Amino acid sequence: MSHATHTVDVMRPPFPAEPGSGVYSNKLGMWVFLASDVMFFTALIGSYIILRFGVSGPWARPGAVLNVPLTGINTFLLICSSVSMVKAYAAIADGKKYFLRKVPGQTLQDGGLKFWLLVTIICGAAFVGVQVFEYIKLVGHGFTPAGYREGSLLAEHAVADPVKYGAGVAGLYGSTFFTMTGFHGFHVTCGVISMLYLYFTKVLPEKYSAQDYRGIEVIGLYWHFVDLVWIILFTIVYLI
Amino acid sequence: MTTTTPATTHVRPNYIRIWLYLFVMTVAEVLLAFELPVSQNLKLILLLILAIWKAMLVALFFMHLKFERWRLRLIFIVPIPLAIILVTTVIMEHVR
Repeated sequence: MSHATHTVDVMRPPFPAEPGSGVYSNKLGMWVFLASDVMFFTALIGSYIILRFGVSGPWARPGAVLNVPLTGINTFLLICSSVSMVKAYAAIADGKKYFLRKVPGQTLQDGGLKFWLLVTIICGAAFVGVQVFEYIKLVGHGFTPAGYREGSLLAEHAVADPVKYGAGVAGLYGSTFFTMTGFHGFHVTCGVISMLYLYFTKVLPEKYSAQDYRGIEVIGLYWHFVDLVWIILFTIVYLI
Repeated sequence: MTTTTPATTHVRPNYIRIWLYLFVMTVAEVLLAFELPVSQNLKLILLLILAIWKAMLVALFFMHLKFERWRLRLIFIVPIPLAIILVTTVIMEHVR
């Protein structure tokens, strides 16, 4: 019995598309996953809305507990990472595998896939870093998933002004806040790890080309979805 | 059975302009939430409109849903009415 070996170049263009959806299976799979993720986040956001609507006491006022300017900067970072991700996609669609390249007559160098994906990874990692910093500060001030910790600074403020700090529903506030932002942060972390993996195994060895850049498109869809979810979370958790 | 992916025919959107819109709307949201003297209900509605608008911009232009076929768009759109039904139904429990 012989084991015939032959190399199959999976990156060979053009990549096949499923006849029903008209897209290749990796992309279809990502869209189906994202549809399921919509339901996942709906369960979390929906529960939050229902709990907030259903409780009898007032919810903590926006900005009373959470650091909105810091999170605003974090939101900006995630929006920047989304645009750098789409620039990475556009770069490889044009066959630009390089990092930076000089363009005659232009002051700024032209960014390629290696540059834009690195920018995305850095912005994504910075987002996670800022979120961890925010959590440390919040827990330090006494805001935990169980509410305001006894004897903490926030617990004292809540006693002094129970309406502003939503003293009666602090437990619900803490648990919903940490659950929603925690799961989103987990998604961002998974995205950063996936992009790092792609960067070292596919992007740096220049395995993507203008004819086949499936991995970049698929991880891009995931990344933009994570940004989209944060846009909704930022508004309903921090601003309302 | 597989078919060959057709070449992309749409004009590529101006991604930097979309980024600028997203940035401006984020600043507008923060100002609206903390600085502008508007009623609480109007603030809530405006903030939700801005958030949905931003999310639509990301989905349509960064995720290229604007340029995809309807059968692919449906995969993403179908859970949204279900989500709205789920939340509305449970909220009705509190209203009663």
